[in-house]
Amino acid sequence: MQIIKDKKITEDNWQFVADDQDIPQTGDITVSVSRWLNDKDSLTRRGGQTGLRIRSTDTLEDIAGDLAGMPLVELDIAMFGDGRSFSQAWLLRNRYHYRGEIRAVGNYLIDQIFYLHRTGVDAFQLDESRKPEDALAALNDFSVAYQPSVN
Amino acid sequence: MYQYTQDDQTLIDERVAQFRGQTERFLKGELDGDQFRALRLMNGLYIQTHAPMLRVAGPYGLLSSRQLRKLAEIARKYDKGYCHFTTRQNIQYNWPKLEEVPDILAELAEVQMHAIQTSGNCMRNTTTDPLSGVCKDEIEDPRPYCEIIRQWTTLHPEFAFLPRKFKIAVSGALHDRAATQFHDIGLHLVKNDAGEVGFKVFVGGGLGRTPVIGQVIRPFLEKKHLLSYLEAIVRIYNLFGRRDNKYKARIKILVKEEGLEKITELVKQEWQLNKDSLELSDERIESIKAQFAPPAYETNAGLDGSFNDRLQDNPAFATWVQQNTADHRVPGYRAAFISLKAPDAPPGDITDTQLDLVADLADRFSFGEVRSTHRQNLVLTDVKQTDLFTLWQELDAAKLATPNIGSATDIICCPGLDFCSLANAGSIGITREINQALDDLDYLHDLGDIKINISGCMNGCAHQSVGHIGILGVDKKGEEWYQITLGGSSENEAAIGDRLGPAVAKDQITRAVQDILDVYIKQRQEDESFLHTVKRVGITPFKEQVYANH
Ligand code: HEM
Ligand code: SF4
Repeated sequence: MQIIKDKKITEDNWQFVADDQDIPQTGDITVSVSRWLNDKDSLTRRGGQTGLRIRSTDTLEDIAGDLAGMPLVELDIAMFGDGRSFSQAWLLRNRYHYRGEIRAVGNYLIDQIFYLHRTGVDAFQLDESRKPEDALAALNDFSVAYQPSVN
Repeated sequence: MYQYTQDDQTLIDERVAQFRGQTERFLKGELDGDQFRALRLMNGLYIQTHAPMLRVAGPYGLLSSRQLRKLAEIARKYDKGYCHFTTRQNIQYNWPKLEEVPDILAELAEVQMHAIQTSGNCMRNTTTDPLSGVCKDEIEDPRPYCEIIRQWTTLHPEFAFLPRKFKIAVSGALHDRAATQFHDIGLHLVKNDAGEVGFKVFVGGGLGRTPVIGQVIRPFLEKKHLLSYLEAIVRIYNLFGRRDNKYKARIKILVKEEGLEKITELVKQEWQLNKDSLELSDERIESIKAQFAPPAYETNAGLDGSFNDRLQDNPAFATWVQQNTADHRVPGYRAAFISLKAPDAPPGDITDTQLDLVADLADRFSFGEVRSTHRQNLVLTDVKQTDLFTLWQELDAAKLATPNIGSATDIICCPGLDFCSLANAGSIGITREINQALDDLDYLHDLGDIKINISGCMNGCAHQSVGHIGILGVDKKGEEWYQITLGGSSENEAAIGDRLGPAVAKDQITRAVQDILDVYIKQRQEDESFLHTVKRVGITPFKEQVYANH
């Protein structure tokens, strides 16, 4: 599957494993915050890498201590009007000094990519309404900015 | 006034290009209605009963003559030859075509204007006192801070999708002319005991369905912390504001439900962690201040005696000066209000020819600038008193000199049933009726300071809940009825009006207003204002009179 990462179109094999599905022993996966908190030990012992999928209603403090080695955090935007994910991205970078990948997934608009990128999101899941070329172009919607953020 | 840098210009040009693309995608069916809605609202574009409505930003109400001419041109070219000034110092067009909106935005960008964040769930146009920089009771000119806030809020990447809209108002004077206590954040420039000027910060005020008076979240904030503190408040709101119910999504509800103490604490914690990274330097404040330096006033403008002669000779002129002009801190100058409340015109509306005239008058008499006011009028803030007579004559010929500023016919009124799909009842027609009933100028001026606000439904666009007399359109079995409140105020002694009693029918509402005014005349003591009389005697005498007759 193609995603945008670090402003490039990139092949990607991460899988999200829903709470009612079994955890595969290999391969790179993300899981929900609650599953992570319950099964942290077994998740870190499995073959592939494990990342987190954070919903806008999740509390970052719950996973703050686990961010250091985390390879991927997905911000799950259930509704494009839910702007909490933007603050979550900012907090992950500025408050929790998370340096791994932050990927926007879910129901966001191409028109939000510029803002998401500024708040610290560096990877974007694509779909029919978010074509790779358009998503790349959206990163450059504006060439100037008034206020500091992450980027 | 503030002049755009190359970066400012680039940003609004890029915004026009972005919106053009979005409009094309919508027209091609690539964006659905909901998606386009969120995007167009961020550019001030609503879809209304008859046509789209475009709200253009008037940054803290300040406009140049060149900008006014552009507004006139747009009214001619893309609309029906007029536009409308709102209570938040913005400009609205009621009849643009959706396909043409990108072109309108491109024309606006030519004169450093835009419609960015004039609606939608984001930080809106920052408003202020229209007499900033010229009034006598000023602690410091708030406009430089408004501009700093304008820049910080514009396309803020983290706060473009808040739970609900978010409005900031700044006042720099002792008298609050910007309704700051009814904003999500209100800022007052104040002096502390050490003589330093900073901000008193109010949070959680708002009107609409649930009017709430803002509360002080920080009595004194140093200027250098302005942006970091605002950022802390908005971040807490973005993270914790309710998103489950749009009627409970404003920060006023968050503050109410969680309590001021808890919100204050959360904001403080957030701010402590962030304040050093977003400090405003003195140099930056000074460089923005320099853009609002006073114009080149004449030092002996007060010496010319012809002004007094004119006042003696011409009672109509004297009445206008008395009612529609305000003191200026520089001797020999006055601020001259331009009334957009002529008896037969919808409040706040202005035609293209009137706009062009105001632009010319601004060039001739007021250093090329004009301001819009919270009560939907305009003001030329820097007129030499010797120029007032000519100014008055020209305004009068264009129906812009109705001597009613601050009086009972200076009504704030929403579009109501005539234009708005949400309306329960008409408001423009009621305004016209009240105007007809109060056409005796001596009576009107004798009544003094009376603020009547009329909204066509409980969304309260015309701030009826803070009108001295508030009128609210309600629907009773498909008929237009009106609920009356008394004693509201959006000024220093902020108050929400008390309901007088059951709603009255459409053909009774003007009579009811007249009854209320009669009771005031009977009850007032010497120079007592309407508001103070209502406070002193309570609503009962008014109630008895209004309902006795019906
Ligand atoms: C013509 C169609 C209009 C529609 C459909 C409309 C709709 C609304 C709605 C739904 C609200 C409530 C929002 C809320 O409580 O969060 C609102 C608030 C407001 N409207 Fe309008 N409006 C219209 C025109 C205007 C005009 C012409 C003005 C200016 C005079 C105006 C000024 C305001 C203000 C100042 C508020 C907010 C008060 C507050 O909550 O702080 N509106 N409008
Ligand atoms: S108060 Fe109601 S009727 Fe009036 S403009 Fe607002 S939404 Fe429409």
